[in-house]
Amino acid sequence: MKQLLTFIKKEFHHILRDKRSMLVLLGLPIVQLLIFGFAITTETRNCNIAILDNSKDGATQNIITRIESSTYFDIDRTLSSNDQIEIAFKTGRIKLAIVFQPNFQNDLLHTNKTQMQIITDASDPNQANTLANYVSAIVMDYQQELNQNKDFPYTINTEIRMLYNPQLKGEYSSVPGVMGMILLLISAMMTSISIVKEKELGTMEVLLVSPMKPSIVILSKVIPYFIVSLINVITILLISDFVFGIPIQGSFILLSLITIIYIVCSLALGILISTVTSSQQAAMIISLMGLMLPVVMLSGYAFPISSMPMILQIISNIVPAKWYIIMIKDVMIKGIGLFEIWQELLIIIGMTTFFLIISIKRFKVRLQ
Amino acid sequence: MRTLFFLLRKEFLQILRNKLIIRMIFAIPVVQLIILPNAASYEMKNINMSVVDHDHSEYSRQLINKFTSSGYFQLTNVSETYKDALVFVEEDKADLIIEIPQGFERDLIRDNKSKTMIVANAINGQASGLSVSYANSIIQDFNNDVRIAWIQPPRVNPQPMIEITTSNWFNLKMNYKYFMVPGVLVLLVTLVGFLLTALNIVKEKEDGTIEQLNVSPIKKYQFILGKLVPFWILGNIVLSIGFGISYIVYGIFPVGNPVLIYLFAAIYLIALLGFGLLVSTFAETQQQAMFISYFFMTVFILLSGLFAPIENMPHWARILAYMNPVSYFIDVMRMIVLKGSGFTDILPNLGIISLFAIAFNTLAILNYKKTV
Repeated sequence: MKQLLTFIKKEFHHILRDKRSMLVLLGLPIVQLLIFGFAITTETRNCNIAILDNSKDGATQNIITRIESSTYFDIDRTLSSNDQIEIAFKTGRIKLAIVFQPNFQNDLLHTNKTQMQIITDASDPNQANTLANYVSAIVMDYQQELNQNKDFPYTINTEIRMLYNPQLKGEYSSVPGVMGMILLLISAMMTSISIVKEKELGTMEVLLVSPMKPSIVILSKVIPYFIVSLINVITILLISDFVFGIPIQGSFILLSLITIIYIVCSLALGILISTVTSSQQAAMIISLMGLMLPVVMLSGYAFPISSMPMILQIISNIVPAKWYIIMIKDVMIKGIGLFEIWQELLIIIGMTTFFLIISIKRFKVRLQ
Repeated sequence: MRTLFFLLRKEFLQILRNKLIIRMIFAIPVVQLIILPNAASYEMKNINMSVVDHDHSEYSRQLINKFTSSGYFQLTNVSETYKDALVFVEEDKADLIIEIPQGFERDLIRDNKSKTMIVANAINGQASGLSVSYANSIIQDFNNDVRIAWIQPPRVNPQPMIEITTSNWFNLKMNYKYFMVPGVLVLLVTLVGFLLTALNIVKEKEDGTIEQLNVSPIKKYQFILGKLVPFWILGNIVLSIGFGISYIVYGIFPVGNPVLIYLFAAIYLIALLGFGLLVSTFAETQQQAMFISYFFMTVFILLSGLFAPIENMPHWARILAYMNPVSYFIDVMRMIVLKGSGFTDILPNLGIISLFAIAFNTLAILNYKKTV
């Protein structure tokens, strides 16, 4: 026990000595959360558009003014001919063009029917759809004003209720997402690197021939990072409560328990990576390149898993972050208890055991 | 020149010697490029829906049918009460509840007015917003069907109507993969190039071999160049493999001139690798270099415009995004691959990335001290 403590102390000295790494380890979650919370938004604002008004009458002017005064759009340029549309798109500045046909108002008032065209830059299909819908909504608004006092027969009114997150804030999914990602990446990366480093420098052999048990050596490597991860969790939770206004709905103890198990799982993954690699570069490439994008994309917080192709839905099951994010959402936002999430918890525990068993097996082989 | 040649040979030998790393450099991007773009879709499919039908009428059944046959919704269960349905949402078995009140059909026909309710699990704000709007449009559709069945449509519109037609340019099928693949490819090239260079000089520092290089008559710029060229070539190889995969797997071939992409990539890689080398000269241990690169990579990726459009970001984040070299390459890549933009269109980006290249490499050369 005393040996272990001395070792942990040594590791802490290593970590604390390196101020820059410390700064990154503790600062990154904050930066990431703030970027996610404030910058990554699919809410459209100030989108550049172009307008080709072949009619230039009261009605088109009215619609253009409405579009201009909405926060969604900035009119980047007014075009005078059809050929200019493509040029405007190709220089990459505008995302949408609106074309009014000639005699717009005339047709509207006399034949009750007129046309306009929306052209979107569908390289980003998602944004293109959203923008086209916004324009349609603005035009519909205008049309409804023209049609005031006329009731449509046989109308079904739909009431919409958004559970848990009525304002549709992005933070409700990004806080759990960032937790899942940061804890996994930092823990796996840090442990694998720090163990492999001893191998690379040759100091591992010194440690292994010492009377210390290998498990104690590894444990002392892991515990400091466990503590760093806990500090990260606390900062993330504080930010999510005080900056984003997302308090913990469920039990704090349960949340901590889940998180601790998840950190242990990530550390075990780090140990596993360290047993299959022999250089820091390799460990880093595996833990950073191999984990970063899959965790972002397959854990279900950037893109809904149920919409993915079957094969990816299956693959997503081996991403520990997926299970953790599900549990965190349940406990933190929905406020439900252990009874509903025990399956996910068991999966994480199972993964941890699996990582550890493989590591121990590999570790012994290496000793011979 | 001869010195540079020897340096290059040394670097290449060192890179090629490490089979594991070589394999990973190529395997990881290939696998990820094949898998990840398939995951990245905001198109909602298989939305799990729980229905509470208090009416049990012909109309309520028709409405439910309309949902299930739309292809977007999957009926998980029909509950007796709203409370029962809510349990399914809590357990994550349903994303959406549709409640049809008693007298739905009767009210619609007699009073011209009826109600339905959509309840969504909104934790993922964006996804739920989409699924609700799908649901809403299905109900509107149903509504229209009912109207048409009861009213003879008049010949001339009774009210002024503005007909809106939408055309989607550059990606007619609205295929999200066309949008993601070029972006993911940029990220993979960036990850490979940046990580390897960031670790490179530090490794020499940690191994102590840098002192041997320092006492040799190698000039600073030769040293930096010797480090830069091999990874520049690797980066281009990864990019080319990536293009091969996007053509074979996704059928994406640049609409514009591929030479332009390579031209831009050439300068982009110089800028990126220069930044990697700068981190490398700045860090003292590989671990440190790694954490610093991890920090920059995350920020670069998040603010690259891959996941969310840059113009939607608040002012401060947009400024950060403009200082992010990755965002320029993603932008150019999409312009050339999807829109077929020409040389003059990408000129502003090319100018900015050249400035990045000059700045980073100058700093790297200045910051590399031959004394320890």
